[in-house]
Amino acid sequence: MPKGIKDRVAIIGMGCTKFGELWNKSGEDLFIDAFIEALEDAGLEAKDIQAAWTGTQYTQINVGDSALPLSVALKLPFIPVTRVENFCVTGTDSFRGACYAVASGAYDIALAVGMEKLKDVGYAGLPEFSQSGIYGTRGRIIEANQTAPGMFAMMATRYFDRYNISTEEGKRILAKISVKSHHNGSLNPKAHLHREISVDDVLNAPIVAWPLGLLDCCGVSDGAAAAIVVRADMAKDFRSDPIYVKALQVSADSGESMRFKNFDLTHVETTYRAAIQAYEEAAIKNPREEIGMMEVHDCFSITELVTLEDLLISPRGKACEDVQAGFFELDGKIPCQPDGGLKCFGHPIGASGLRMLYEMYKQLQGKAGERQVKDRRLGLTHNLGGFPTQSVASVCILGN
Amino acid sequence: MAGIVSYGGYIPRFRLSRKTILAAMGWFSSRALSGDKAVANYDEDSLTMAVAAGLECLRGIDLSKIDGLYFATTTAPYLERESAAIIATALSLESEIRTADFTHSLKAGTGSLLLACESVKSGETRNVLVSASDCRQGKPGSPQEIIFGDGAAAFLIGNEGVIASLEGSSSISYDFPDHWRAVFDKFDRTLEDRWIRDEGYTKFIPEAITILMNKYGLETKDFAKVAYPCIYPKDHAAIGKNIGFKPHQIQEPFLSSIGDTGVASPLIMLAAALDEAKPGDNILIVSYGNGSESLWFRVTEEIEIKRQNHTLGKYMSSGIGLDNYEKYLAFRGILPIEVGFRAEVGPTRLQTAWRERKEILSLCGSKCRRCGTPQYPPQRICVNPDCKAVDEMDDYLFSDKKGIAFSYTEDRLAFSISPPHMYGMIDFDEGGRYVFDFTDCEPGSLKVGQPMEMTFRRKYADEVRGIYGYFWKAKPVTG
Repeated sequence: MPKGIKDRVAIIGMGCTKFGELWNKSGEDLFIDAFIEALEDAGLEAKDIQAAWTGTQYTQINVGDSALPLSVALKLPFIPVTRVENFCVTGTDSFRGACYAVASGAYDIALAVGMEKLKDVGYAGLPEFSQSGIYGTRGRIIEANQTAPGMFAMMATRYFDRYNISTEEGKRILAKISVKSHHNGSLNPKAHLHREISVDDVLNAPIVAWPLGLLDCCGVSDGAAAAIVVRADMAKDFRSDPIYVKALQVSADSGESMRFKNFDLTHVETTYRAAIQAYEEAAIKNPREEIGMMEVHDCFSITELVTLEDLLISPRGKACEDVQAGFFELDGKIPCQPDGGLKCFGHPIGASGLRMLYEMYKQLQGKAGERQVKDRRLGLTHNLGGFPTQSVASVCILGN
Repeated sequence: MAGIVSYGGYIPRFRLSRKTILAAMGWFSSRALSGDKAVANYDEDSLTMAVAAGLECLRGIDLSKIDGLYFATTTAPYLERESAAIIATALSLESEIRTADFTHSLKAGTGSLLLACESVKSGETRNVLVSASDCRQGKPGSPQEIIFGDGAAAFLIGNEGVIASLEGSSSISYDFPDHWRAVFDKFDRTLEDRWIRDEGYTKFIPEAITILMNKYGLETKDFAKVAYPCIYPKDHAAIGKNIGFKPHQIQEPFLSSIGDTGVASPLIMLAAALDEAKPGDNILIVSYGNGSESLWFRVTEEIEIKRQNHTLGKYMSSGIGLDNYEKYLAFRGILPIEVGFRAEVGPTRLQTAWRERKEILSLCGSKCRRCGTPQYPPQRICVNPDCKAVDEMDDYLFSDKKGIAFSYTEDRLAFSISPPHMYGMIDFDEGGRYVFDFTDCEPGSLKVGQPMEMTFRRKYADEVRGIYGYFWKAKPVTG
């Protein structure tokens, strides 16, 4: 078995910009804002960074390709810098690059910065898939004219059908997920959306992609987040409360979800596979009992629902019961999206994974203010990129 | 014996009531037609309808035996780039094949049918598919807008298993300028109806029929059915009557249910006549346009075996009303609706489209020789996690396979000319699955598990580069 990187890497500094419609901030501004906060948090200077990874997806509407936008914006001193793009896993995968660099012993101090400047696209939602590069030139012809909400709506259609849930009942359960996240987001000054909402608000919102309405969808925003990691054995030299990486796993689909008949579209196989690997790496036997809090990829309410099952927190088909029981609320057994989630932060693709890690880092250090979660043993983050039928997922577990 | 081996028709699903057009655009029209016209969906054109009719015609036919495809239309999507070659690829015909577009005259349908029969008769070809299709656009408020309808019909011409043999023909050609469209025109121009009726329809059609009857020593009573077009309903009946045909011999021209389908019109009527023909019947079909052409077919015993598979009936009866004139104009690209940034089309890489033409135009996937798993798009390494055989694939067509809607959504964010845009995952009955756009279905009508079939459609028009993107969509099973 591979050994993994459990307790070999520590985070000693993090930064996260306010997320939102940052009309007057450039992509470079966001890189710098997240980086400066992380440097100050770690008590380092830019010259201390030995290698860096940058995560951006829609570079055509912000800073452009390659590592240069980051190295030039931060004036990094001719060190190795690599750009990472892996759909919505981009931010976490840039963090993985930095973690592996120090875990391997190649470097002592490494940086990961994720950023996305979505609001310059000129219209609501993500950039149109058929125009951006995400399908490739062949996929542009054969892929259906889908949007992100539609791709995930298909999972809700299946989920309701498989578990014999009426559309009304299903929408009401999904609404509770959004209501919970908006409550948490209202407590977070860095979130994009700060408004508490009711179940009726969600149910009465206009339909975007049936059965998902506007408030089943996460926001779209600009933002950036950064992490500085070091070898675990030197972490205490920098600060008294470093946070350790317990597991970091990524799973990319083999193509069988989309093309082979053993996938039922009521779960996401890559999330499940990454979770199994991560629990093994972190030596977690019973995630429902051991995980203290989570930031999962709630791009849409249905995504959060099935993720709760794929992460083995709720049994198959039973996430609805846990949601109804308040299991995932801020004062519940496993608070989920304590910072407000993608729902309230929006989803600047390259930044989201690092934004989730930022919340877990602050929570585990006990610095989350009025959102502070009691159980500070282990925090989990999860990203899901692509479509439910063909995706790449990451699971990261942090702890003291 | 050369003649029709198989046939199929296609009428698009929407019916626009002429009352709806008149309510929006009614002004003086000396002979307003009543009833409906068939209207192609926003993602259909004459090329896609020719494919639809071709698919109906070729059900159960060994495609490797087809060595010709003729496409007849006056509304080809390209002025230069052969539609027949695109249609042949969509129908998965082989590349060693004779293809040609017949165009520029409403008699192109009968002309292509005649040449196909003669080519088979000569022995140069064995089986030639003829698909005639038109999607003509009248200018808003014009009589043509009211008269024209959209539709297609396809005939496989061969010399084995013939259901109706070609026994004779006649052709006349005149540069009769009753209607025309120059390269810079979007819409047909036309002259006064009375002149067209008196100098055109009522002269050329009887002339062609008379020449044919004289040539072969036939009388009107020898024919079970005579099918000919005429855009004036009252005069349509009179033309046949004046030649000596009884009302029961005259094939219904579908003017009040479909409209004048242009090049396809005589061929759609021929398909309808074959639906009701008996062995030994003589059928005469006649076209009109820059003269006229008449083709005499004799129905054989084979009709009783083959007819039930090929009928226009399901398309005739499955039409649904399009009760919105503005939507019709938007479908045809006449009303400049707001389409937003999401309608912008990324560059089409024609090199990619050419290399992957079987995957794209033929909806050809692969089937693993080792484990039997069908998969789309074609894979080199088998997707079955328990197999993963490398390079053990055979071509496998999905275009003719049925499936179910495994899941679906109605998306109001995605751009569509006819929102909400619908799509979902299709689970094919015989294996394989993929996510496809849906078409020809109404919001609120879909269910998980609904039977679906594949249909060839225009996916987008890349106006910046002058390219039409064609691909397959899923639709609820018709009939």
